[in-house]
Amino acid sequence: MKYKPTHIFEKDISNCGLTGFISTAGTLVEGSVIIKSISLMHDRGNGLGGGFAAYGIYPELKDFYAFHMMYENSTALQLTEEYLEQNFFIELQEEIPTRRTQAIANPPMFKRYFIQPLETTEYREAIDYQKMTDEDIIVSHVMRINHGIEGAFVVSSGKNMGAFKGVGYPEEIADFFRLEEYSGHIWTAHNRFPTNTPGWWGGAHPFTLLDWSIVHNGEISSYGINKRYLEMYGYLCTMLTDTEVVTYMLDLLIRKHGLSPELASLALASPFWDMIDSMPDDDRELLTAIRQVYGSGLLNGPFAILFASNEGLIGLNDRVKLRPLICATKDDFVYMASEEAAIREICSNPDRVWAPRGGDPVIAKLQPGVA
Amino acid sequence: MKIDAQGVYYRDLNSKIREAVAGGADKIELNNVNGQYFIGDGVNRAVTITINGVPGNDLGAFMNGATIIVKSNAQDNIGNTMNAGKVVVHGHAGDVLGYGMRGGKVHILKDVGYRVGIHMKSYDTNKPVLIAGGKAGDFFGEYMAGGVLVLLGMFTDDPDKPKHGFRFGTGMHGGVIFVRGAVDETKLSREVGVFDLTDEDKQELEGYLKDYCKDFKLDFKEVMQEKFVKVLPKSKRPYGDLYCPMPR
Repeated sequence: MKYKPTHIFEKDISNCGLTGFISTAGTLVEGSVIIKSISLMHDRGNGLGGGFAAYGIYPELKDFYAFHMMYENSTALQLTEEYLEQNFFIELQEEIPTRRTQAIANPPMFKRYFIQPLETTEYREAIDYQKMTDEDIIVSHVMRINHGIEGAFVVSSGKNMGAFKGVGYPEEIADFFRLEEYSGHIWTAHNRFPTNTPGWWGGAHPFTLLDWSIVHNGEISSYGINKRYLEMYGYLCTMLTDTEVVTYMLDLLIRKHGLSPELASLALASPFWDMIDSMPDDDRELLTAIRQVYGSGLLNGPFAILFASNEGLIGLNDRVKLRPLICATKDDFVYMASEEAAIREICSNPDRVWAPRGGDPVIAKLQPGVA
Repeated sequence: MKIDAQGVYYRDLNSKIREAVAGGADKIELNNVNGQYFIGDGVNRAVTITINGVPGNDLGAFMNGATIIVKSNAQDNIGNTMNAGKVVVHGHAGDVLGYGMRGGKVHILKDVGYRVGIHMKSYDTNKPVLIAGGKAGDFFGEYMAGGVLVLLGMFTDDPDKPKHGFRFGTGMHGGVIFVRGAVDETKLSREVGVFDLTDEDKQELEGYLKDYCKDFKLDFKEVMQEKFVKVLPKSKRPYGDLYCPMPR
């Protein structure tokens, strides 16, 4: 254990706020827009966590995995850089630009690295004999850094995207990371209200792996089951909060097992058995199979989540809708947020506004050929 | 009097509203509202507050006699523990409307979300009425203990959506739900049953709907063109035997 909490924190109950949007045509939007939307829901958080995920922000370096790193001390930085140099070709490394502000006390260090795996013997072994892909290799490195190097955390590790998060209100975190200087075609944001896990820099949302990022309002009461299930597949939970399992579950179901986002959503938020029993034969068989195979992947408890990737943006509620989620469209834009007002703040006259059903994913994909 | 709410923090806006109410205003118009919480909460006398924009959560909570007119959509938790007065929403509204409502009226023109009318209650002449003109999400009338819920299913932005969701009337043990047209009995909870309206029911319902149609300038005859059914709890103590059998 690298981070030594005073208690075994198992889960997180929160009344957070989230918002996100996508330009399905790939139009780049400045960071100031998402900041405006999340700031409207200032009072849904309590200043102990704010964060953003942005896609399309590194177009010149889009072939490289963009590692956003957080370091709690200089030893962590040194050990991580030695590790990265051994395993990766580093195209570019730099400090993540930040701004000294009064609101942010004692921030950790942030650096980013644009990297590709080196063809080491270990790499060849993994590719040639263990049937691993480059992405599998990235995942295993992320797990090793998070778990093995005390004080070092991978904040994000996908291509042409990045996560920016920390302790503070989201607008303060945005100011700290100078988010107004970035432009992206997908943005998500989170305002945190942690209640029984620590409000620390790594515990802020989004949680990420490769280009997956998750922001979440709610509480995953099935965290223990989900965590143990994921451990069987090599995912190690190190961030001390429940949302982390959602990120790894989606990576497992969609990237590794090849489920569509629709099917993966049905595994995370399955209909109840009595509803499955009343479905037509085909649906009943499909849903029964999903619940049987992915019983340990079912997310119990209240949640509204937004998950983004380089493919698009998806919103999902728990099956009985115990957390708010409202969606809207305007031209090629799709918006999803905890409150309609957060959408109207940045899109005053949407074409359509609707509240999705619990368990029904809202899927907005980038148009083919974009980004 | 008019108040410009553009970018005004919810506490400051609500202070201004309370000052206006204390100062004797009988009509208050709020412009450029977007997301401010708790508007009209605890207002204790008759005053009309018109809202242009989308008000935030907990609109009209603990309200006692005021009228709120929302010209667009509204969010979650409208009329929480409301005592008297009226909220009129000319669009759709969110989840958990009329939570523990004890009196007064909530009129929503279009769709409503999950858990609408949760634990509404009534006592003597205090009888809350909540009418949704569109469609409803799951758990309509959950734990309902009294009062009146009406679902029309007529005015919606989403014609493909079913009129109501699953778990209709879960835990309901008092009050009445009127539904225009039929209910989908496969989505009813075990605690409720469907009945025809009596003449007294019809008279009562017509009274509520006339008022509703007046608020939205709707054709009352058109609303009444289809038959209504009523949903009632089968028992006043649906969970009385859940853990151990009790004498009735």
